Amino acid sequence: MDAVLLARIQFALTIMFHYIFPPLTIGLGWMIFMYNTRYQENGNPVFRQLAHFWTKVFAISFIIGVATGIVMEFQFGTNWAGYSRFVGDIFGAPLAAEGVFAFFLESSFLGILLYGRKRVSQKLYWFSSFMVALGATMSAFWIVVANSWQQTPAGFEVVTETVNGVEIQKAVLTNFWEAVFNPSTLPRYSHVITGALTVGVFFILGTSAWQVVKGRNVEFFRSSMRTAIIPCFAVIMLTMFVGHKHGHQVAETQPAKLAAFEGIWETGPNAPLMLFGLPDQENEKNHFALRIPGMVSLMVGGRFDTEIQGLKDFPKEDRPPVAISFWSFHLMFYMGMWMAFVAFIGVIFWLNKKLLDHPLYLKICALTVPIPFLANEVGWMAAEVGRQPWVVYNLLRTSDAVSKSVPAGQVLASIIMFSIIYALLFGLWIYLLKNQFAKGPESVEVLEAEVK
Amino acid sequence: MEILQIIWFLLIGILVIGYAILDGFDLGVGFWHLFAKKKGERTAFIHSIEPFWDGNEVWLLTAGGALFAAFPPVYATVFSGFYLAMMLVLLGLIFRAVAIEFRDKVEDPRWVKTWDYAFAVGSVLPSFLYGVAIGNVLRGLELNAIGDYTAGFFALLNPFSLFCGLVGLSMFAHHGALYLSMKLDGEVAASASKWAQKAWYVFLFSFMPTLAFGVKFCISGDYKIVCMLLIVLALVANFLAFAFNKRGHAKAAFLASGGTIALVMLSVAAALFPNIVPCTNNPEWGLTVFNASSSQRTLSWMLGIALIGMPLVLGYTVFIHRVFREKVKVHND
Repeated sequence: MDAVLLARIQFALTIMFHYIFPPLTIGLGWMIFMYNTRYQENGNPVFRQLAHFWTKVFAISFIIGVATGIVMEFQFGTNWAGYSRFVGDIFGAPLAAEGVFAFFLESSFLGILLYGRKRVSQKLYWFSSFMVALGATMSAFWIVVANSWQQTPAGFEVVTETVNGVEIQKAVLTNFWEAVFNPSTLPRYSHVITGALTVGVFFILGTSAWQVVKGRNVEFFRSSMRTAIIPCFAVIMLTMFVGHKHGHQVAETQPAKLAAFEGIWETGPNAPLMLFGLPDQENEKNHFALRIPGMVSLMVGGRFDTEIQGLKDFPKEDRPPVAISFWSFHLMFYMGMWMAFVAFIGVIFWLNKKLLDHPLYLKICALTVPIPFLANEVGWMAAEVGRQPWVVYNLLRTSDAVSKSVPAGQVLASIIMFSIIYALLFGLWIYLLKNQFAKGPESVEVLEAEVK
Repeated sequence: MEILQIIWFLLIGILVIGYAILDGFDLGVGFWHLFAKKKGERTAFIHSIEPFWDGNEVWLLTAGGALFAAFPPVYATVFSGFYLAMMLVLLGLIFRAVAIEFRDKVEDPRWVKTWDYAFAVGSVLPSFLYGVAIGNVLRGLELNAIGDYTAGFFALLNPFSLFCGLVGLSMFAHHGALYLSMKLDGEVAASASKWAQKAWYVFLFSFMPTLAFGVKFCISGDYKIVCMLLIVLALVANFLAFAFNKRGHAKAAFLASGGTIALVMLSVAAALFPNIVPCTNNPEWGLTVFNASSSQRTLSWMLGIALIGMPLVLGYTVFIHRVFREKVKVHND
């Protein structure tokens, strides 16, 4: 098989599996911090129980995130040597900064959060819980900086050098702050973080609801569920709001990507929003299209006569795969709408108290658990596939970025290895989570005895 | 310009040394996991490293990131060149990470045993492969003009590099045993101290032939005096570790072993400098501190990041070791 395709499959596999876990732990991390804060404020033992229980869930998930994250740090070098040589002057620094500023902080305080309950004061324990959540959120910043630079490069120049008689090109830093805060960094970061929070809060909402349905530790999980309703609503609203802003930025900086997201072929005003359709790359049109006229123009520019660039404006070899971009983007959007719906109903029921125990609603919450995970995955898929055929937008093609020295057979072997390991890890994760839920929360007496 | 490049060569050296000393002890503990007879002992082993190992591994991630940032061609050449070996290292690191966390989650003897093996194998594999990688870098690699490795996987498994692997493994095993003797109590600590002695002999018996062959890389370098001095100091520190261990000064022995690791790594750096990856088929094509670095602007920004960040990192490391300074109890089961 084609070496470039194999390398892309490997990257997709490893990043998509890895990305199940960081958003979950970012969301859970802040919820755990909230529980610890509430316990600190009012000493209500339920919050201690909540913090303790969700910290266990956090730990099981965090560790898989760590184990699969190591792969990511080295994969640029192993599979994308051409890329590494081209972007190293800019792309490496955020990765190093992520280690120095975020991973060290996170891992040290996590040690206290998981094993140090009896060894530190209540205050320091609370502080550690804050630092773990902060560390996770900061590490996301640096990795988003690196990714955003690929999408909307800034603060650099491309130089051509002759090394050992071979001409090579590379990007060289000219302005650090412009590179860090390139046009898509902040829009993307805000969307990534809010998106990550949705995973954590909907996870608490849905898994707790499921326990209530099953009648296990009903009192505990009922209160757990109640702590998540308002965060779910707030976070999904924010995610959609900043996502909308992010869309504006894409329209401005990566027009080919926006056109692919929306399946727009012709340039012009009154660009329609296609709700459903099957984009056809070959024949440059959409089948079975269901459209709202002018809607994309309106959303991007605030007016129906805003001109939107269509895909036909770009040479064929510079267009992203339209069907994948369109569908991953739209699935993300529809899943966001679904979450907003579930959270909105939740708030109304919450105001009405007793309705929250409605079995149908509980089941809907439980079934919603995978939705934010999937929305995060397809959202990234839209972002990354929409950037194709470029690995660095308009500068370096993905096909030029791959490691030339690695035989395709070795890549295939490692894909098989990772597939087996990841399937195993996924199974273990589910199994241990089920175990943890079956055990339920620790009793108040045991927990109070632990406090220093 | 030159001074920044040299500073970054040294800073990456410090990150690698920090990783080798810190993760070295928990990788070493993983090796002895195979030899602990009782389940209670193995539980104590895991408990002795539980709060630390993740932070220790961050040194590796940061070293990787810093190498990418400061010397991108080196990062690209080495990691793509050592592709299969890297994948095996990752396999080991994934399994040991998960093993440490999951082992105690289910109280079934088979479950625990499986994870014990995963932890041990996941520790031994990287410990050995790191040495093999360093041996190959010392020998130099066969490269093409743009720096892609051309000789294939099996060329990496040459006798010298395999011996370097053995040196790495025994060095970490020694270090890990000393850590256990410092961190545990009673009988188990005493047997860990004996393990350390055994590992020490293995280290010496693998280090001597490696050195005999490796001397040629040392004296072909521009800094042979420095390199030799460092090797002598490493041996002195290593003998000190042995002596301290014999007299029961566990902490001093552990620190001396940390010193040995640092000095061995520094001697490797001195043997290489100014090369980072020598090229065997055409010396001109080798990657050096001066031809493979990032731009001055990037290196200065990175230096700023390091100057702010490294004190914080040292602070966290000291802090976490203070919080968990108590010895770990061994339960009999």
